[in-house]
Amino acid sequence: MFTQELLDQSSSLRKKWEDEVKRIVEKRADQKAKWTTVSDHEIKRLYTPEDISHMDFEKDISYPGQFPFIRGNQATGFRGKYWTFRMFSGMGSAEETNKRWHYLLNSGQTGLSTAFDFPTLMGYDTDDPKARGECGKCGVAIDTIDDFLQLVEGIPLGEISTSMTINPPATALWAMYCAAADIKGVPLNKISGTIQNDMLKEFIAQKTLMCPPDPSVKLISDTVEFGTNHVPNWNTISISGYHIREAGSTAVQELAFTLRDGMEYVEDVLKRKGLPVDSFAGRLSFFFNSHIDFFEEIAKLRAARRIWARAMRDRYGAKDPRSWWMRFHTQTAGCSLTAQQPYNNVVRTATEALAAVLGGTQSLHTNSLDEVLCLPSEHAVQIALRTQQLIAEETGAANTIDPLAGSYFVEALTNEMEELAWDYIHKIDEMGGMVAAIERGFPQMEISDAAYKFQRQIDDGEKIMIGVNKYVTDDKIEIPLVEIDDSVETEQIARLQAVKRKRDGRKVSECLDDLKQACKKGDNVMPYCIEAVKNYVTVQEICDVYREVYGEYRDPGLY
Amino acid sequence: MAKRRLRVMVAKPGLDGHDRGARVLARAFRDAGYEVIYTGCHQTPEQIASAAIQEDVDLVGLSNLSGAHNYLYPEVCRLLKEKGAEDVTVIGGGIIPDKDFQKLYDAGIKALFVPGATLESITSWIDQNVSPRE
Repeated sequence: MFTQELLDQSSSLRKKWEDEVKRIVEKRADQKAKWTTVSDHEIKRLYTPEDISHMDFEKDISYPGQFPFIRGNQATGFRGKYWTFRMFSGMGSAEETNKRWHYLLNSGQTGLSTAFDFPTLMGYDTDDPKARGECGKCGVAIDTIDDFLQLVEGIPLGEISTSMTINPPATALWAMYCAAADIKGVPLNKISGTIQNDMLKEFIAQKTLMCPPDPSVKLISDTVEFGTNHVPNWNTISISGYHIREAGSTAVQELAFTLRDGMEYVEDVLKRKGLPVDSFAGRLSFFFNSHIDFFEEIAKLRAARRIWARAMRDRYGAKDPRSWWMRFHTQTAGCSLTAQQPYNNVVRTATEALAAVLGGTQSLHTNSLDEVLCLPSEHAVQIALRTQQLIAEETGAANTIDPLAGSYFVEALTNEMEELAWDYIHKIDEMGGMVAAIERGFPQMEISDAAYKFQRQIDDGEKIMIGVNKYVTDDKIEIPLVEIDDSVETEQIARLQAVKRKRDGRKVSECLDDLKQACKKGDNVMPYCIEAVKNYVTVQEICDVYREVYGEYRDPGLY
Repeated sequence: MAKRRLRVMVAKPGLDGHDRGARVLARAFRDAGYEVIYTGCHQTPEQIASAAIQEDVDLVGLSNLSGAHNYLYPEVCRLLKEKGAEDVTVIGGGIIPDKDFQKLYDAGIKALFVPGATLESITSWIDQNVSPRE
């Protein structure tokens, strides 16, 4: 990167600076001995050209739109288009969520993102005893296509992209989206969006569980295959680090486990489906957390793009540059927010959002200040959305591409993150891959260690959370809480029962039999799911077939 | 004679999978010298009450972050009582609005710990309020 002359100059000036630092510190000690990131990664007092002298400009940095894409996938940066402003939302009934969606679109949001309630997420209908008390609490309740059509009422499915955070029942919910498009006369090659559909991180972190790892990955490969052949603008997986981080991982663990999950999916589609890597790699998308440690997050996101480009080209032999792109959504860190002094959360979210933008995210959700307490109120969501709009249109952060490139610190930190992530990736390779590592509890226990250490550091005051262990105040700030009334559950059950009464029971049994046979034969389940949901088969009925054929997975309760 | 160690069960009722708090607490309880049983996610109140009796625990710590605590926590207390084990102390944690506290206390929850509670504040409450059952 630098001439020997410059490095010699730097080295001699550095020695002078070090002497000066030593002299000052002897008189007045630093405020603390060790300076670390929120992930406990140690940071030096100063970075210099010497820290990045080994870098090769063409191989390691290069230009936007060029390998290794550390500076972004797009040659034009944000000038052609800002990142997608995509607020995750879902609450109560389909009708209520549809209202919120229209409110967000009218406020300048540019993409939709669906939060489902726990029964839907776990593949249970609202009338199942396990669903009791949960309906609509954390998102929208969807049992049948009847609910789904109400959810997307008035939404132009051929124009707006929709993300659905759904994992074990992803085939069922995506089938509803495809069927809804069909009913509204929008062809499948015109719809666009994302299903999260990433089960590996569920075993690792979020614990939305249904079937064991191997058949779970099979169902995901089915969606990748179906999307490749029929729904070319759909991202059939959003390989997610967000939940890994929220479960307490470090930034490096988030990076490493997420990318190794991505590699596991690539390998499964290659092996199980025999598709050429360039036919599907361009539709794999990612989802990261943006936590409170500003530079660590920027470095993590830049490193993520470079690792993925290298893996896709060198490990899997992808030839199409689009296969080398890592496209990702980012959400600010829910776990960095505090119930105490909740208005401080606006500041945290703004900082995290700026890091995501400087890290080159392509889509962003900003948390609302009240999300630590309840579903967000309309007012709080508006502030969160305005935070993104303000970063885009007032701060100048989007004026130039990858503005922190070439910073000695940011480049050095990016390199460190990449190296540490590859160490984890190779370790998991040696275990036989991510499914094998999960079966041994490896990523789960690494995260537990990190989460426990962080909590101890908070309790000891070694790490600071303002309002929790420093600058604590007694005064209670009242903020309006959104609550989902229990009547939502009663009404949803009545709605579901009405659908069950009016549907053709014989068709329902036929659809379920066909799906079961497809599962047993190892056929792609997607066409069967679409046919089933069109005949008002419920989410749980589809998932019960999976549970019956593939078996049920129970949380082993590792800690 | 030395008293036997406290037996505590950390339990996650409902469909919620946010287990960071439960797992961190299970470790803190282990480090505090208790015998710890962690149920894992997705337990029904019935499974929790039965396991608590079978494992002969002194305390059950419930964790839920989905907003379903008003149904799930009282249900665990009710089932323990129904099975003749009302002397098992039940505590809870999670995102619980202030206005729900009294209802949960009335249902038999002995203490509630919400975001910001230190691990030490929880173990010291247990040390002061729970002793091994006869």
